[in-house]
Amino acid sequence: MIEIQGLRKTYRAKGRRDRAVVAVDGVDLSVAEGDVFGVLGQSGAGKSTLLRCVNMLERPDEGTVTVGGVELTALKRRPLRLARHGIGMIHQHFALLSSRTVAGNVAFALEVTGVPRNERRERVAELLELVGLGGRADAYPGQLSGGQKQRVGIARALAARPKVLLSDEATSALDPETTDSILRLLLDLNQRLNLTILLITHEMTVVKRICRSAAVMRDGRFVESGAVTDLLHRPGSELARGLFPLDAPTSLAGHAVVDVTVSGEEADAPLLAEVARRFEIDVRILAGSVEQLAATRAGRFRLALPAGDDAPLAFLRERGAQVSPAVAEPVARPVDRPEPDETAAPTSRPDIQGAAS
Amino acid sequence: MTTSELTELLAVGLQETAWMVFVSTVLTAVGGLLLGILLVLTAPGGMLSAPAVSSVLGFVVNVARSLPFIILLVAVIPFTRAVVGTTIGTDAAIVPLTIGAIPFFARIVEAALREVPPDVVAAATAMGATRRQIVGKVLLREARPGLVAGLTITVIALVGYSAMAGVVGGGGLGDLAIRYGYQRFDTQVMVATVVVLIVFVQLVQMAGDLLVRRLSHR
Repeated sequence: MIEIQGLRKTYRAKGRRDRAVVAVDGVDLSVAEGDVFGVLGQSGAGKSTLLRCVNMLERPDEGTVTVGGVELTALKRRPLRLARHGIGMIHQHFALLSSRTVAGNVAFALEVTGVPRNERRERVAELLELVGLGGRADAYPGQLSGGQKQRVGIARALAARPKVLLSDEATSALDPETTDSILRLLLDLNQRLNLTILLITHEMTVVKRICRSAAVMRDGRFVESGAVTDLLHRPGSELARGLFPLDAPTSLAGHAVVDVTVSGEEADAPLLAEVARRFEIDVRILAGSVEQLAATRAGRFRLALPAGDDAPLAFLRERGAQVSPAVAEPVARPVDRPEPDETAAPTSRPDIQGAAS
Repeated sequence: MTTSELTELLAVGLQETAWMVFVSTVLTAVGGLLLGILLVLTAPGGMLSAPAVSSVLGFVVNVARSLPFIILLVAVIPFTRAVVGTTIGTDAAIVPLTIGAIPFFARIVEAALREVPPDVVAAATAMGATRRQIVGKVLLREARPGLVAGLTITVIALVGYSAMAGVVGGGGLGDLAIRYGYQRFDTQVMVATVVVLIVFVQLVQMAGDLLVRRLSHR
């Protein structure tokens, strides 16, 4: 549904041609129809620029962006404007019109797409019902909570029946409970409308709850990307570390310490008990958890087994687990750290990102 | 001077002031809005980014705003004659009043439009809005409270400027205060005129504030 190839975007600091910041440095991305794809990264990783390139809010310097079979990078102003009708977008700070009511905000999107006046009222009511805001049509955004504002944003984004929804840190300004309810709504829309969602976030929770595919972005590049289940099983995966941090020593006298990732049915199978019984060994769990992800149930553990016997590890591998020697995890994980506001105008970004490097 | 004579003077003065301010406000609102929008759109990085146009416009606005109003009043006399056919009287005063107020209001419009959050404009762009829709339905609409507050300031500034219209025989309350109060030491007329002006300005400000409150939903 979304195909990006060789995307590059550089910002030049105003008046200082020599100080350019490469925000997106050669990204390839493919999002299948109906997928929920999360790009995870810290502030300044370039994910916001990447997202803004998908609907051409930023013109990429190089590379192509194709959405729903239409190459946006090749379009002139007018066809691009029409193509944008098929791409909804929601924003961290909601970006609602303060001078219009909830219904007015949704109607705005319909006006823009040229829906005749007499059809608007009904469609607005339908959209507000869809996002669970049926009763608040006449309220102004200033009277709503953050979660309600984002629901208006979602209703507005869906007004033109887009196939694709872009989410720019849509839950970053919300508290955890509200985040949960918005994520549930997005997942619900994804399933009911077969909506393809591409989101950027710095919150691990978002990926955990709704993403079936993900990419970790740093310094303008994808460090890893793919289906969440595949990434979890990839040795050294940053996503795996982020989703299942293992805070435990990597060695133990007389033991082999390994990191084990399991997913699907094996995540809930009594795998460790089986290992202990079958090989008559004591298996220590140094750290670990099992969680429900959007893609699958999965677990990751740091285990200590008696040294010198590889049979138990082979058995685990045979049962679909990914097993690798324990590696100390950096104190600063790649993601899940609060980040400063990202609403600054693109022209000022280089300064924010510390162009000195 | 009898009370009825004074009342007569004030009534005529008030009428002249109201007329001058009203007409020049209407013209300024239109001209200032257009110029203000143009300043925002042509600014570097704006929707019609044209740095050269933008800096020329900015310079012209600054020049017009630098001139003391009394100088402007005299300087535009040939233009006034061409437009209204005469260089004296209330109608003739409207021309320099408008020319003086447009750049003033244009800067206020510019500032008010810049207050609209960039991500709201980005959101409209992402929806596929045309530039016309963005200006009309997003920028102007969202900036309405600021625009009305700015227009209120402009109207009151025009009341002040109009006091100098007497130079071209424009009349009005300010002229009355200058001629009677300042030049003839007629304190009674001066005080009465000033009181009427104070009430006038108060009413304009209150009306403006009320409207801003009505329009503001933040």
